[in-house]
Amino acid sequence: MARTLFDKIWDFHRVGQRADGRDLIYIDRHVLHELHAHHAFAQLEKQHRPVHRPGLTFAVQDHTVATKPGRDDATNPSGTAFIQAMREGCRKTGIRLFDVDDPEQGISHVVAPELGIVLPGATHAVPDSHASTVGGVGALAFGCGTSELAHILATQVMALKRPKRMRVRLDGRLGAHVSAKDVALRLIAELGVAGARGYAVEYAGEAVRAMPIEQRMTLCNLNIEMGGRSGFVAPDDAAFTWLKGRPYVPQGAMWDRALAHWRTLSSDEDAAFDTEVLLDCGALEPQITWGTDPSQVVGISGHVPAPAAVEPNRRAAAESAFAYMGLTPGTPLAGLPVDRVFIGSCTNSRLPDLQVAAAVVRGRRVAEGVVAMVVPGSSSVKREAEAAGLDRVFRDAGFFWGESGCSMCAGGNGDRGQPGERCVSTTNRNFENRQGPKVRTHLASPATAAATAIAGRIADVRQLLSGAA
Amino acid sequence: MQPFTSHTGIAVPLLKDDINTDQIAPALHSRGLKEDYKAMLFNRARQREDGSEDPDFVLNKPQFRDAGILVTGNNFGAGSSRESAVWSMLANNIRVIVAKSFADIYRENCLQNGLLPIVLAAEEADAFTARVVAVNGAAPFTIDLVTQRISGPGGADVAFDIAGAERTRLLEGLDDIGLTLKHMDEIVSWEERAAKAQPWLQETHDSR
Repeated sequence: MARTLFDKIWDFHRVGQRADGRDLIYIDRHVLHELHAHHAFAQLEKQHRPVHRPGLTFAVQDHTVATKPGRDDATNPSGTAFIQAMREGCRKTGIRLFDVDDPEQGISHVVAPELGIVLPGATHAVPDSHASTVGGVGALAFGCGTSELAHILATQVMALKRPKRMRVRLDGRLGAHVSAKDVALRLIAELGVAGARGYAVEYAGEAVRAMPIEQRMTLCNLNIEMGGRSGFVAPDDAAFTWLKGRPYVPQGAMWDRALAHWRTLSSDEDAAFDTEVLLDCGALEPQITWGTDPSQVVGISGHVPAPAAVEPNRRAAAESAFAYMGLTPGTPLAGLPVDRVFIGSCTNSRLPDLQVAAAVVRGRRVAEGVVAMVVPGSSSVKREAEAAGLDRVFRDAGFFWGESGCSMCAGGNGDRGQPGERCVSTTNRNFENRQGPKVRTHLASPATAAATAIAGRIADVRQLLSGAA
Repeated sequence: MQPFTSHTGIAVPLLKDDINTDQIAPALHSRGLKEDYKAMLFNRARQREDGSEDPDFVLNKPQFRDAGILVTGNNFGAGSSRESAVWSMLANNIRVIVAKSFADIYRENCLQNGLLPIVLAAEEADAFTARVVAVNGAAPFTIDLVTQRISGPGGADVAFDIAGAERTRLLEGLDDIGLTLKHMDEIVSWEERAAKAQPWLQETHDSR
């Protein structure tokens, strides 16, 4: 019988069925972070339950670490206890920790693929909703809560209900300066913040095939913002080339064997999906959010919508977003003055993201009065960017260049905006107060964020680069 | 896990869609390992800009201060996977959430902690919400997981669905890890099979 890629991965990893009807799905790679790990360690210790497979488990300090150069455990005082508790838990259980000062520390969703810890066709779990970032290399990932994290530590499986299957086909060729971030924002706008709830999403189509792996990760990263726990792209030669030689990827004869298997990882031609979605990306312009959830999106040439243009059941939310964002219907997005620009997070902090932003920034200056930050997604990304001189480009332009971590995405490390500030951010959530109390967040791509920092106003990168702005 | 059989309490209407976990359990600026989950619940929404309590926020109203049942809209618990968004409910003795739908990870976190997530179809939810609004905290509702019924002022009992296995898990307060550990033999034999079929999955090795 024809099967989707999701079915193939799920069925292989299905250990059995629990008495309550849930499938037990084996987790090949489990990555913890300090914000939630300590609860799970404490719970297991109390229950005298050992960690079943510490060798398949990794840990990264990311949510609370400071980004200030020369940082240590204490630089962000509200993170110290979390950082130290995870270090202690990893020491006791034998879990490999990428600690604050590790040359490969970074955001878990960036570190796991760049070291080759996650692999095509592997299952992956992180106690964080953006786990499916690694779907970009063809892994099936599940974001989870803290109880589930403890469950995986003790058993190496998750007890899950089989999700339905959705295929999102992205047709067309992306225009210049349009990226996976813009595609994902448009998709969330079309499907809504719960549009993929209950589904595992396979991204397919010409536009996805043309995306470099890092952009596929951006696309899969934002899957949760339309409610989907797992999203992935079937791996292809681009993915295999990207992975080859990375430290934790199999080598030699084992690579050949793995590769032969990975080449079978695609949905069968006639496999049925529970639902299919089509988006033509050919005419897409850069996208940006205007409101307080990631579905409140317009093109960069667009306006804050009139209430009448909003679906009736979303109107109250729109009204509340107008008030919070300090915007009136009909206002053009481009041209809105900003106070802050943030380039980073698991969504958009990989080397190509920084290269795109640097290309916009090179030879220009951040506008007067704008606080602009770049926080690389991992210490490895930071090193590579520095080797390529990108840090100079950003610093010369007036950007802060930080140590790696989640930083201003959720402000868990103290990097936050001031009340009332308008911030263009390459992150994943424009929720109220997320980047600091009363901070007004607009989500956009690294190119749009960089152009905005230079212009001091929300900017269309295409116009900035053509000299029209 | 605290078992759940039935709960009688005040029902508080929080009538919005897409309430996210950043709103339910805001990450507070100064935090530590032992967080105050009671104070965390809707911490920002509860306060006015000067830090004083906002008397207009529904959970601050005198009749809803001891509410045990939260009644809300679609896609409750969207966003971050933080389980504090469930722990902060329990810390405030909220044991039931009645919604039109829940975000996947949030619903899972509810089941892990004995917080009963009830989904009512849109029409039923609207009718029930109208009763909750009308009674305005003056009389309690009873949620009975054994009979799967909601009873209380303003109308007839409302039946609700929940998967049999989830119901049992809540009723008995079953330990989720314990349930799975009964399958340890299967897990180990899967590992043995996988080590032969796809050996690269069963080992991790830094090749440098």
